[in-house]
Amino acid sequence: MKRLLSPASVAALAAVAALLGLLAYGVLSGGDKRGIDQAIADGKRPAVPELRLPRLDGAGRTSPADLRGKVVILNFWASWCVPCREEAPMLERWHRRIGARGGTVLGVDALDATGDARAFVRKFGISYPNIRDAGGERLKPFGIAAYPETFVLDRRGRIAAVVRGPVDEAFLTREVPRLLREGT
Amino acid sequence: MIRAAALLAAVLLALAVPATALAACAKTTVADLEDEVMCPVCGTSLATAGDAPLATQERRLIARLVSQCRSKDQIKSQLVAEYGTAVLADPEKKGFGLTTYLVPGVAFAAGLAAVIAAALRWRRRRPPRPLAAAPGAPPPDSARLDEDMRRYDL
Repeated sequence: MKRLLSPASVAALAAVAALLGLLAYGVLSGGDKRGIDQAIADGKRPAVPELRLPRLDGAGRTSPADLRGKVVILNFWASWCVPCREEAPMLERWHRRIGARGGTVLGVDALDATGDARAFVRKFGISYPNIRDAGGERLKPFGIAAYPETFVLDRRGRIAAVVRGPVDEAFLTREVPRLLREGT
Repeated sequence: MIRAAALLAAVLLALAVPATALAACAKTTVADLEDEVMCPVCGTSLATAGDAPLATQERRLIARLVSQCRSKDQIKSQLVAEYGTAVLADPEKKGFGLTTYLVPGVAFAAGLAAVIAAALRWRRRRPPRPLAAAPGAPPPDSARLDEDMRRYDL
């Protein structure tokens, strides 16, 4: 026992424990995908993580919190992402469809060249607001691993639904109208 | 005829000047930068990211900046502005990225301490040296050797 507790053994054990701690931290800090998805699966609506970012068009900053009271389709995209190009026209249609009923789409362009992103917006005639997370630092709390991903926020700014991967009409038709019917 | 020759010379000069200027102004190349920047989504350097869509966009952006005579540092700064610090191959010197710089140093210090501790322990445990023979008395080995030599003396 005395031999086990020698200073060298204690130092070696401490070093191993520190390395294991680092490994665990690295793995656990990878994102909160499971947290959000599990909460929604349990019928809960987690609060949307902080996301105040500069607008892609350069007109100040916007956050989902500014859209409290509206149902928000929060779409993460990038101009180099092929499925994002395919779903952009559909999201624009939904933005126009739900605008009068208290709904909006909010795009989050991340890890993308500004010029290409603005060209994307022009090309697809996107009229909904877009914010820009240049370094993708805000993706982690949403557990985003690939593009595109879409969250639907209720009027109280809580995440009510999520789709990891391309969004489709069926998902939006199922999730958005029921949230539009809810009060604040 | 002279006018045609002058026109031809002017055209050739006009074509040659931009090419010369381009060659003279280029301060770096896409290939030179590829192993110094990352494709943040791929998790690899740009050099090994292949034809991933983001990597393709990055190369296009770098090529455009190279053609604008930007230096390597200026291009890196622009890449950071577009994609964040994750685009640099060097890990961030804050947060979890700091471990990349600290762990090797700590590991080296721990290894050095372990070697010193082992050396000190070994030194403490070394058996005591045999007492020196009294002056004049033959050392035990020498005596045995002399005895053997005598025995086998031809």
